[in-house]
Amino acid sequence: MGTISRGFTGRRSAANAKLPPGQYLTTDFPVLSAGPTPHIALDRWEFVIDDGTNVLRKWDWKSFRDLPTDTITVDIHCVTRWSKLGTSWEGVSLDTLLADVKTNASYAMARSYGDYTTNLPLKDLRNNQVWIAFRFDGQDLAPEHGGPARLLVPHLYFWKSAKWVRGITLMPQDKPGFWESLGYHIYGDPWKEQRYSGDE
Amino acid sequence: MWRVGTVVALRDETPTARTITLKVKDWPNHVAGQHVDVRLTASDGYSTVRSYSIASAPDPQGRIELTVERLPNGEVSPYLTQELAVGDHLELRGPIGGWFVWHTEQTEAVQLIAGGSGIVPVMAMIRSRASAARAAPFRLLYSVREPAAVFYRDELHGLSDGSHSVSLTYAYTRTAPNDWPRPPGRIDAALIATTTWPSNLVPTCYVCGPTSFVETATDLLIASGNGREKIRTERFGSTGGPK
Amino acid sequence: MSSRSYDYLDGNAGAGELSKIFALDVTAAEGQCAHCGAKRRFAEAHIYMRAPGVVARCAVCEHVLLRLANVGQRVFLDVRGMSYLRLEI
Repeated sequence: MGTISRGFTGRRSAANAKLPPGQYLTTDFPVLSAGPTPHIALDRWEFVIDDGTNVLRKWDWKSFRDLPTDTITVDIHCVTRWSKLGTSWEGVSLDTLLADVKTNASYAMARSYGDYTTNLPLKDLRNNQVWIAFRFDGQDLAPEHGGPARLLVPHLYFWKSAKWVRGITLMPQDKPGFWESLGYHIYGDPWKEQRYSGDE
Repeated sequence: MWRVGTVVALRDETPTARTITLKVKDWPNHVAGQHVDVRLTASDGYSTVRSYSIASAPDPQGRIELTVERLPNGEVSPYLTQELAVGDHLELRGPIGGWFVWHTEQTEAVQLIAGGSGIVPVMAMIRSRASAARAAPFRLLYSVREPAAVFYRDELHGLSDGSHSVSLTYAYTRTAPNDWPRPPGRIDAALIATTTWPSNLVPTCYVCGPTSFVETATDLLIASGNGREKIRTERFGSTGGPK
Repeated sequence: MSSRSYDYLDGNAGAGELSKIFALDVTAAEGQCAHCGAKRRFAEAHIYMRAPGVVARCAVCEHVLLRLANVGQRVFLDVRGMSYLRLEI
């Protein structure tokens, strides 16, 4: 640990809530990014579910926004150790998007505008666990926070909540995405503190 | 790789910027333009790192100066500019950087362009030149919001006289003094043409400041005939301060 | 040429992290982008540091040049985005 800096507390609130191990509570909303913010015109936006060869389902912005939505309040946990509690979002559940999709695949790679990717087991996308979120805190999702739409996966570390999401590729085998291929945990359960590959 | 420096002096440059003088044991001598990474650690182990350019010329006594601007929503700059006291310690890594540097052995014409707190590493170059009594031709174009935001005003004024003078132009972007010949505004091609070294002198150019400022100034320098390889840049991010 | 949002730093900002593994100065090193072939000093690379790791991107085409992640007691480095990096001794 570094030398303690007298009187330095950083931008954190008192830890009074139940947080996953090693996390700090924050009240702001840090913007973390691995690349430039893409600016996608809504008339060009689409969300595609494919199996690597064939397009299985596709929505443009209009057909996507015609789908039923959920308004949810969740806690989010970033692997860089900040947690933000009680965040409110509106989005389309992956259960809705995967409803008619028949597949033998067990895994999925979420793909974003730009070059970001992140992988998840298909069963983690189902059962009311994941949304494509387009509103945060009552407003349209800002581009710096992933707008027009991002993946929202509250039960895993927030690097799995891919900003600027554009689709899901279904895969028979698990493959690491952008951070998973650079030492981060393939699954990323914050309650088991699965930050890095090799963490149990 | 982390060293500990002790705060030996503090000096306010403007209402929101403060210079911190540190004495660092076994400090390897730095070159003007280099920076340090500063690491702060809270008592519960939370830590964060920020980069700050060294403002001072190389000093054989192992003293360095950092000038820190307090950012409105900053996490670290409010601590450094308001809480940190003489006698406190700071963890440092560095000096860092081998490209955005000026060596006293360089003799060619130098064009310095600084936006806001980008003046800090550029001031280290000016101070380094003065303390080594070098005569390399230096010009500085210093873009700043308003007169109250200028760092090192008296020292810059003093350096614009004398035999080894640094020719200095202020470009005010928001508010200019009453009798200022140029209305407030961002730097543009006309300012580059009238106040910077002509490109046929092949000056080495150093541009530092917020990212958008650096991109604009670089494009202007290239458009006026300077080669890309002659322009060295350091970007401080969109908030105007390091990182 | 430049990104529309100026939310990046440059190779100077990433040099401290890279100094943990590079003994030689990396900012003055010339690198070639494996994607578009542009040759630039590493100091000119667009650096994104507010992330779970450091990502350096080509100033011309924005493809990833280099990625570094501090994961616990280890450092992961991916330099596939550069055809070469030329460092001065």
